[in-house]
Amino acid sequence: MKTGTVGKIVSISGATVRTDLTDLTLFERVSVGEHNLTGEVVRLEKNGAVLQVYEDPGGLGLNEPVQGHGVSLATSLGPGLLSVMFDGLQRPLDVLNEKTGAFIHPRHLESPLDLRKQWSFNPVIKKGDNVSGGIKIGYIDEGGFQHPVIIPPGKNSRVESIAQGTITLEEPICSLEDGSRIFGYHSWPMRVPRPYKRKISPQEPVITGQRIIDFLFPLARGGTCIIPGGFGTGKTILEQTIAKHADVDIVIYAGCGERGNEMSELIEEFLELIDPRTDCSLMDRTVLVVNTSNMPVAAREASIYTAVTLGEYYRDLGFHVLLLADSISRWAEALREISSSLEEMPGEEGYPTYLASRLASFVERAGVVETLSGDIGSLSMILSVSPPGGDFTEPVTQSLLRTAGSFLMLDTTLANSRHFPAINWMQSYSLYQNLLADYFKRNISNDWEVLRSLCREIMHKEESLKEIMEIIGIEGLQEKDRLVMTVAEKIRSDFLAQNAYTADAYCDPQKTMNSIRTITDRFLQGRDHNDGIRQEEQK
Amino acid sequence: MRLSEHKYRTPSRIAGQLLSIENVHAARIGEVVRIIGPQNITFEGEILEIDQGNVLVQLFGDTRGLNTGNMEIVFTDTIRQVPLSREILGRRFNGAFKPLDGLPMYFASEWRPARGYPINPVARLKPEEFIETGISAIDGLNTLVKGQKLPIFSSAGLPAKELVAQILQNARLRESTKRFAVIFVALGLTFHEYSFYLGTLQNIESEFVAIINMADDPVMERLMAPRFALTVAEYLAFDYDMDILVLVTDMTNYCDVLREISNARKELPGRRGYPGYMYSDLASLYERAGRIRDSLGSITMIPVITMPEDDITHPIPDLTGYITEGQIVLSRELHQQGIFPPVDVLPSLSRLMQKGTGTGRTREDHRNLANQLYKNYAKGRELKKLEAIVGRDGMAEGDQLYLDFATVFENEFIHQGKQARSIYETLDKGLEVLKRFNLSADNLKKSEM
Repeated sequence: MKTGTVGKIVSISGATVRTDLTDLTLFERVSVGEHNLTGEVVRLEKNGAVLQVYEDPGGLGLNEPVQGHGVSLATSLGPGLLSVMFDGLQRPLDVLNEKTGAFIHPRHLESPLDLRKQWSFNPVIKKGDNVSGGIKIGYIDEGGFQHPVIIPPGKNSRVESIAQGTITLEEPICSLEDGSRIFGYHSWPMRVPRPYKRKISPQEPVITGQRIIDFLFPLARGGTCIIPGGFGTGKTILEQTIAKHADVDIVIYAGCGERGNEMSELIEEFLELIDPRTDCSLMDRTVLVVNTSNMPVAAREASIYTAVTLGEYYRDLGFHVLLLADSISRWAEALREISSSLEEMPGEEGYPTYLASRLASFVERAGVVETLSGDIGSLSMILSVSPPGGDFTEPVTQSLLRTAGSFLMLDTTLANSRHFPAINWMQSYSLYQNLLADYFKRNISNDWEVLRSLCREIMHKEESLKEIMEIIGIEGLQEKDRLVMTVAEKIRSDFLAQNAYTADAYCDPQKTMNSIRTITDRFLQGRDHNDGIRQEEQK
Repeated sequence: MRLSEHKYRTPSRIAGQLLSIENVHAARIGEVVRIIGPQNITFEGEILEIDQGNVLVQLFGDTRGLNTGNMEIVFTDTIRQVPLSREILGRRFNGAFKPLDGLPMYFASEWRPARGYPINPVARLKPEEFIETGISAIDGLNTLVKGQKLPIFSSAGLPAKELVAQILQNARLRESTKRFAVIFVALGLTFHEYSFYLGTLQNIESEFVAIINMADDPVMERLMAPRFALTVAEYLAFDYDMDILVLVTDMTNYCDVLREISNARKELPGRRGYPGYMYSDLASLYERAGRIRDSLGSITMIPVITMPEDDITHPIPDLTGYITEGQIVLSRELHQQGIFPPVDVLPSLSRLMQKGTGTGRTREDHRNLANQLYKNYAKGRELKKLEAIVGRDGMAEGDQLYLDFATVFENEFIHQGKQARSIYETLDKGLEVLKRFNLSADNLKKSEM
């Protein structure tokens, strides 16, 4: 904390506080009030500053102290993050539970990471080596997971000394000739994207194990996908199923303004489930950032930045990371609440006019990159959207449609007929389809593309036949159209629908391929058969 | 802590339920102030905003007769607290938490803030114990689970209160010996409804606490009443390991007051004039339901919502549906057909049903049976639309079967009148209806594969 001047609170409205302290910088972290609530400077004025408090402001009083920290709101990055559940400000919720009991009282915790814990460290560089930002200097053994320690971005010097064996995060493990000391962890301002060497266009898919996604609307590594849907359409179940099965190294799950019970279920399930690729519990590859709907609203706004910074960190270590956020609408609503308490001029539906640009710059933090140390890492995003009244013309969905690469529209009608995942196959799309076509061709099957077009053709045909059939009944259709209808029905119920509660929850691409082939083969045979009959008749 | 009591006589403005005070030296957000007006009328307010020395206070109680020249405002240096004691069981209070039953206030063994604190997500225990409501449409197809929040979406003129009464009479946990209590919160209720509910409460076996804000009571108290109730619920559930059912009716009145106060504060209106923070505000109530690790108790919540214009996309049911774990939707059409309870199972949903049903909880075949009933009924309902166009005779025989199934399902499975059914009776009934249409257990297995 910056020593020096302490200011006073001069006005409070909701979580927006004005202070007479002038010695502050924009987006600096501040401690507000007697209980040191965490806040951020959002506006500087002639005689003071406007602060956003990230905790429940109840009980905050006039003339209580305000103090600047001299740094901006940052995320701590290092070993010990995996399998932990953090709140929006990266406070470990289990530690908070031990200290304050089952209910959250505003409380300041020193560090998100356990600084006293002993780790075993193996260096890969030696004294005299030249190092710069992003370079791996060694590995910390995180119980099955080798956590690379990197030089924080922005440094460039020669190694003076380096530790080996048992270390803690409190002590520096490496010192450089320029005098800087490197710890096992470092902090990064959450609103600033982390640097990389260059961005690469996505080439490979994230295999989600969901047939409709992998086959019809694939997601690329480094790509972004949005899932809008009204309530009860299964957004959360879909996100959680993907979080369980996606073939990535690290999953960051941001529960943003959603239900508390869902989070407790998620943890219990993830602890029980085993990741088939590593034989460890799924929780061991997952970091949770949770700000449920009843936790302070402003911290909800910060929570997705905490999550994306964590994601970028693991990307910079050379991993493939998947960030799931549920739901981005709650984040936008938090932004709206903050904006309205700052008395900014509202744009569409009360959202601030910078909603679209904020969303776009957030979504842009996804991608495949060559890291500073030359590795390849990726950060993919799947964001769920909760449009009010299930109406997709609202600003959050519309802004995201302009930036996201894949759109999975959840359909209330499908959900009401218990077809899950309720992804509408007519409206959804993926811009990665062509980029990834080559990959599927090489790795899964030569006719992947052919079958996909055929499948889509059948579904399109069904859509146009459906109305006619409703009037004249299936008996009134021509033989070939009847075939389309039965095959489409089969595709819908046996292929596109997938039960998240059975063994069918995950389907690998090869199986996906076989299963669609069985169905379409029947279609082709039937069609040939019909053609045969017709030719006979003509003769 | 302030060392002396602060009193001011500097009110600058009263507008509706909002009072501004000037030249204040010390104040806290959420601090309770006591207002003493002419003829010693006293009531309370809460600090909403502080701007330099100007303080904005939200007043609870009737502001008529107030006079800025003759008013004393006492700053109490505390936030709104609820007196708690086990003695509370069986008592009735008004929206300001004053006894309504003529008995004196009990001696509080503890005070806790009415707004409560959010439950730490890691301390939550996942809800998985089945609650039997005696209603087939709920038990069979939209199972209620301990610790769940499951609202009833009703419309004007539909028998939501009769349904709630029936749930209250029959709700029980299977094989539970723990104490069970109902907390009833009435928000803006008419006398007619109030006497109906009170009659019901007095006839049930379990103990109850009632917090009553009638339609002609001060509206601002409607914002605090559910918070008092939930603080009491948390106390009884988590300190005394009791199973608590919180029934709130009608949340639509609550939201309207939220809109009223937001409007008076000149905040930017959101959809239909409701404030942008309504989602967070509703969540701060609904999310207090649940179970926690250190305690055997639970809070289950059934809010009743009257959907304006029967519109489920109206902000009140819409935001509620995004927070709660499902919804029970009542249908005007079924009501007109004389079906009770008129639950439309198609848009209804219990998100926690998967957790509370099956072997060891209800019965092994429960989920499968529910899926089959649901699917066939959905198909029948779909075909009913077609029937309206082409007529029954124009439809295939197979389709006519589904039509008949839908009718029988509504008349025999959903409709049960005043009679309560155990979960086994519900499941057997469902099985019987399926069998009658040759959708027997064998077919069930096949369709599962």
